[in-house]
Amino acid sequence: MSILVNKDTRLLVQGITGREGQFHTQQMVAYGTKVVAGVTPGKGGEWAAGVPVFDTAKSAVESTGANCAIIYVPARFAPDAMLESADAGIPLIVCITEGVPVLDMMKVRNYLDQKGVRLIGPNCPGLLTPGEAKVGIIPGHIAKPGNVGIVARSGTLTYEVLNALSQRGMGQSTCVGIGGDPINGTNFIDALELFEADPQTEKIVLIGEIGGTDEEKAAEYISDHLSKPVVAFIAGQTAPPGKRMGHAGAIVEGGSGLASDKIKALEAARVKVAKHPEEIPDLLV
Amino acid sequence: MKLHEYQSKQLFAQRGIPILKGKVATTAQEARDIAVELGGRVVVKSQVLVGGRGKAGGVKLAKSAQEAEEAAQQILGMNIKGLPVRKVLVDEAAEIKHEIYLGITNDRAAKKPVIIASGAGGVDIEELAVSDPSKIIREHVDPLLGFREYQARHVAAAIELPREHWKTFVQIATALVETYWATDATLAEINPLVITKDNRLIALDGKIVLDDNALYRHADLAEMRDLDEESSQETEARRFGLSYVKLDGEIGCMVNGAGLAMGTMDIVKYFGGSPANFLDIGGGAQADKVTAALRIILSDTKVNAILINIFGGITRCDEVARGILIALKEINTKVPMVVRLVGTNEEEGRRLLADANMITATSLADAAQKAVKASKG
Repeated sequence: MSILVNKDTRLLVQGITGREGQFHTQQMVAYGTKVVAGVTPGKGGEWAAGVPVFDTAKSAVESTGANCAIIYVPARFAPDAMLESADAGIPLIVCITEGVPVLDMMKVRNYLDQKGVRLIGPNCPGLLTPGEAKVGIIPGHIAKPGNVGIVARSGTLTYEVLNALSQRGMGQSTCVGIGGDPINGTNFIDALELFEADPQTEKIVLIGEIGGTDEEKAAEYISDHLSKPVVAFIAGQTAPPGKRMGHAGAIVEGGSGLASDKIKALEAARVKVAKHPEEIPDLLV
Repeated sequence: MKLHEYQSKQLFAQRGIPILKGKVATTAQEARDIAVELGGRVVVKSQVLVGGRGKAGGVKLAKSAQEAEEAAQQILGMNIKGLPVRKVLVDEAAEIKHEIYLGITNDRAAKKPVIIASGAGGVDIEELAVSDPSKIIREHVDPLLGFREYQARHVAAAIELPREHWKTFVQIATALVETYWATDATLAEINPLVITKDNRLIALDGKIVLDDNALYRHADLAEMRDLDEESSQETEARRFGLSYVKLDGEIGCMVNGAGLAMGTMDIVKYFGGSPANFLDIGGGAQADKVTAALRIILSDTKVNAILINIFGGITRCDEVARGILIALKEINTKVPMVVRLVGTNEEEGRRLLADANMITATSLADAAQKAVKASKG
């Protein structure tokens, strides 16, 4: 078992003929992911990376039975792509695209909620179930199958942690990159709930960062609902207030979003918080 | 991207929100001329992109053109929270009876915009939220349905606004929400919205923060950016698509990915060092970006060691190495550099840097400790 994606996932790639889309489709296929369709308006009938291309998500779903979509299109087209996949009946959408305006995201998120569609991202590295499916851009070779579930707001920091775990022989059930934007889809609590219910996952790593209050809410949830041990790391302890640290969502505003508050909340929920990313494996033992 | 008060109020006025007459001056003489034009009694307000201007002495009432000139003289050239004042707004003075706070921002948790209002205006709303949260009214806006007039009346009633002002208040609140949507703002606020002694509602001060991610569809707003208000390094970084924030320390950091960049700063601090900056070169950076990044870091004269931490996914370690080599040819520096390259094409990257006289590291902790050691000489 694992969460969200596995060997039965039938993936549709939006923006498959673009530079990023094409490159990562090749990587996902090479990893063994079942990529069944691509969508690029105006290029229906062509092939890209060995995958049939359709003009619309609707026709792609009808022909291939795709049940998960991944989006690699530029930011100005990403809201439309998310809505199109949702309207085509896809229940799980992963949006890698960085830089989607926040007001667009609020509309998209509210519409997807009404449809009951799960979104991962945007501005995220996607999902990886080691040995089964890679839906996104997480380098496959640094992960290995195992019992640690990972949920994270950042990309490369997550790779760092994956790498550190694998080197210590600690494999992963699924790695979920929820993204660094202020308005996103799946949050920490959603992922924790899935990991708690997944028999393969025995331990959980949560990687947060400054901005917002999602880590504090996760701490409360962990305290009330989780039986599995959780280890956390919060990035941005040295970040000054009022400055956006790269991610649109990583900003300390109005005295909220501080790393110290998040660490305090997590420790109060009996979560072990690592001092630096490479300390995480030590705390999981 | 933050807009100045005068820019924000112009955007409000374009949608029908009443503001006072006023103009921007960059010299005391100009301030005097504007005061004459406005009839003498004016308020001279520093235009800098930080809060707390009033408390810092950056807002002064002047009863005559002479006083306006003197006030402008004092305020221009002041430093407010480290930012030099280069412009003042000279506004008509108003007789204030009551002050209100009215703003709209993104509620991250609710995934919706939220109107925030308080009958106790002119205060720091963030402080009020802590000291007396019951005085703050919140009304969410459905992103798909938009803002409805009854919601504005809810707010008016909740802040105990006299009924005679409700009609105008509904118009102002609606216009504020429209401005927020139309400009892709993450914050639009009127603080204070005042009731004057002659019973008019007027936006006395305004603030808009724009979503940087949406600037591509607002060329006119993007042009409003005040380059004087950011460091030359920050301007340069933006030009190359780098994300850079200057800090006070000595160890320059160059990292790919925002989360890892923060994590790298944190681990530098953990091992007793002090990061000089946040710098994310982004995913898939080519050599030219890396060169620019190194140039920006080295332009900070406090930097006495550099830590380059790259976890290659989309980013290729050999590209980064090439960028470093080009930069080193351009800039003659003796600042010691610690380099850690992991992931895509790491062997090729390390091979390229083998002769460059750099300190290498394999783990993040190792890299951070070596950088701290190099920094402390």
